[in-house]
Amino acid sequence: MAGLAAKFGSGAMTNSVEGISRNEALFVIGSNTTENHPIIGLRMKEAVARGAKLIVADPRKIPLVKFATLWLRHKPGTDSVLLNAIMHVILAEGLEDKSFIAERTEGFSEFKESLKEFTPDFAETITSVPAEDIRKAARIYASAANAGIYYAMGITQHVMGTYNVHAVGNLAMLTGNLGKDAAGVNPLRGQNNVQGACDMGCLPDVFPGYQKVANPEIRQRYEAAWGVSLSEVPGLPASEMTEAMLNGRMKAMYIFGENPAVSDPNTNHAVKGFESLEFLVVQDIFLTETAELADVVLPSASFAEKDGTFTCSERRVQRVRPAIASPGEAREDLSIIHEVHQRLIGGDLTTKVQAQDVFAEAAGLWPNMAGMDYGRLDQESLQWPCPTKDHPGTPYLFEKAFPRNETGKALFTKVPYVVSHELPDTEYPYVLTTGRELFHYHTGTMTRRSTGLDAVAPEAFVEVNPADAKDLGVKDKEMLTVTSRRGTIRVKARVSDIVPPKVVFIPFHYQEAGANRLTSDALDPICKIMEAKVCAVRLER
Amino acid sequence: MISLTIDEKKIEAPDGATVLEAARLAKIDIPTLCHDPRMKPHGACRLCIVDIAGLPRPVTSCTTPATEGMVVTTVSPRLERLRKTTVELLLSDHPNDCMVCIKAGDCTLQELAYKYAIRESRFKGAVRQHNRVDNNPFIMREQDKCVLCGLCVRVCDEVMGVGAIGYANRGFESDICPPFKNELNCEFCGQCVSVCPTGALSAKMWAGQPRLEGVNTTETTCTYCGCGCNLTLHNHGNKIVKITSRSDNHNRGWLCVKGRFGYEFINSPDRLTTPLIRREKGGKLEPASWDEALGLVVAKMSAIKKEHGADAIGGLASARCTNEENYLFQKLMRAGIGTNNVDHCARY
Repeated sequence: MAGLAAKFGSGAMTNSVEGISRNEALFVIGSNTTENHPIIGLRMKEAVARGAKLIVADPRKIPLVKFATLWLRHKPGTDSVLLNAIMHVILAEGLEDKSFIAERTEGFSEFKESLKEFTPDFAETITSVPAEDIRKAARIYASAANAGIYYAMGITQHVMGTYNVHAVGNLAMLTGNLGKDAAGVNPLRGQNNVQGACDMGCLPDVFPGYQKVANPEIRQRYEAAWGVSLSEVPGLPASEMTEAMLNGRMKAMYIFGENPAVSDPNTNHAVKGFESLEFLVVQDIFLTETAELADVVLPSASFAEKDGTFTCSERRVQRVRPAIASPGEAREDLSIIHEVHQRLIGGDLTTKVQAQDVFAEAAGLWPNMAGMDYGRLDQESLQWPCPTKDHPGTPYLFEKAFPRNETGKALFTKVPYVVSHELPDTEYPYVLTTGRELFHYHTGTMTRRSTGLDAVAPEAFVEVNPADAKDLGVKDKEMLTVTSRRGTIRVKARVSDIVPPKVVFIPFHYQEAGANRLTSDALDPICKIMEAKVCAVRLER
Repeated sequence: MISLTIDEKKIEAPDGATVLEAARLAKIDIPTLCHDPRMKPHGACRLCIVDIAGLPRPVTSCTTPATEGMVVTTVSPRLERLRKTTVELLLSDHPNDCMVCIKAGDCTLQELAYKYAIRESRFKGAVRQHNRVDNNPFIMREQDKCVLCGLCVRVCDEVMGVGAIGYANRGFESDICPPFKNELNCEFCGQCVSVCPTGALSAKMWAGQPRLEGVNTTETTCTYCGCGCNLTLHNHGNKIVKITSRSDNHNRGWLCVKGRFGYEFINSPDRLTTPLIRREKGGKLEPASWDEALGLVVAKMSAIKKEHGADAIGGLASARCTNEENYLFQKLMRAGIGTNNVDHCARY
């Protein structure tokens, strides 16, 4: 997200899901869309049925490959080299959008210079994608009138994740695929309300609406709104909290609706962090692996029991409404958080907090949501920016300007070649990549308690290429031990050509064979994301 | 635009519209069983027949393009008689078990039988026997209730691009099944269940649950991925008994297996029902009152803040929870505790 914001001034999906079906070309990279965003995947299939060309770049033969015009099977961790080479071809063949570059961007000449070394032949040696396919991809993408790029954690969860995002942004800028319908740069959000949690300021350096805590003017505005003085020091990102817990800087944590004891890369390390805390509060609907480590567990409400809004991937704010009462004494998160706050400041414990009042407070502090209220949202869903009560919402961003700064222009940024933190060697000869499968969601606390889903996907597996299986002497459904520098798990082999030789894949839903016990917590130095998508492992029978 | 006349009403329809689409634009109701505007016209059920001036016989309106100056009649004694006969023929090979059918009250065939007041069929003959039990955990098939509208086959192919089911055999023996009559092995999105106009396809988890009596519905948003699909929750008391999605929303009524069938966690016996407290380090989590639990949270947080400063406390918000909860949480961390140590899992 920081990646796109630096280039455009906003890090959200630029376009809408509905428009996907009207793309002339689609470039899907680092997103297993049909399994992780199945309904967005339907729009992609619809586009293909209407004659759109689909380029899929993924080391795994994901289900979308069946619909692809061209599949680029690059090596994990080489996304930006692939993207740079595609841009190299676009420039070499004169396929760039010259007027868009001249009128709506800056930093082009330096950027152009930086692409020189990324010839298709050089990229072939790094990515193992044939140079000719790189040229084909460049021509397909650049010659379409409307082309959209779609990506997810396959692009971001790397030590060079921010660079990867920059490369994606550069590609769209180079071809003028921004600021118009049915195109754009579209990060697909992994959870129902990642977009909303970001918008609402659950990030260590910004208040709601991406307003910097370090900026005195902005801070004053929030101090006035909340009636207290506020800290100017940006907080720690989640990925640096583990270290702070272990070194004693962080003594207490309050976690709600998250299960980092399974979802954190290098889980063993993260769990040690939680165990070393003086005090841990976990608020959840189940006794998750994280809640088991807590000093206080607070029972909360599921989505079917609460009032509020979610903001989905395409910036669409939608109502959530209660259908049933929570079990036992479980309470809505909103009222729990409110009561903790009131008790902390010695406030009024008798007033009940209402979701619509909280929404109104947040909307009053963020111009992009200023036009929204529950009255409108009960009738329709709205995509931000929606600055006024009569504004219909915004299906695609940057029609007139990029809100990055007063120039209103998007910024080309150079993307150097950075290698993954941990590459395979003789001791750990395989690359492990992780992700989700269709039938489960994240750490499985919900889906594994649904009988049908649990019946069709009951256990973890490691996808192993048939050639590697032969080397290892392992047959389908036999157990394998997978070991990285951080941990070891025992898991069933699934022999399959979905993965290329020397690359294995494990879904991270299953705590009993937790893929994240193996993954790396090496950080992207810019946005502090952990490199969950590439690490080196050893396989043994 | 095309101008045409339907039931003596002047109508403007967009180029390329079918007669059925033009009629529906003008709020003229023509019965159908096999039509779904989200898919290509099929022309299987023959219920949407209309008379068009100049044509000798009725034609299916779903497959007939509207043309300039066309004069269409959708209701006449003959058309109604033909439609009624079509429904009677369908019912002649349909189990008359609406009392115990999972689809009762929400069944297009049942509505048509009611509309045409068909108590008994004039056509007696052989009845298909399908006693197959499917072993998958989601989709229940009662093939003897199938009217061969083809919606399930088409949605699986046209919309999902999966093609898990197709037609087998011919005529009276026609059957909808997976290749080689194998067990169904698909994405289990349940799109086929959602478009089935009869009780032929339903969900195993709905069986025996309340159908309509005492069931309330609530419009909400899915809790799983970032697609933001709109859901209709069906609850009976405090139990969620079914999830559906309306076809007029931005996800067009399509859901995935998690959104449609992954709801049992809500009523799971594993749900936390009382606050828990670990009264001493290394001890067990024990039930506590809200007052005790929140009192402890606040006492501990205050003490740690006093001794080590506000930045010794951190908060992880939730990408699964609402905007309002997240807003209030960061406000609690910033304004209540006094630290910017608040983040969530956007990074992983």
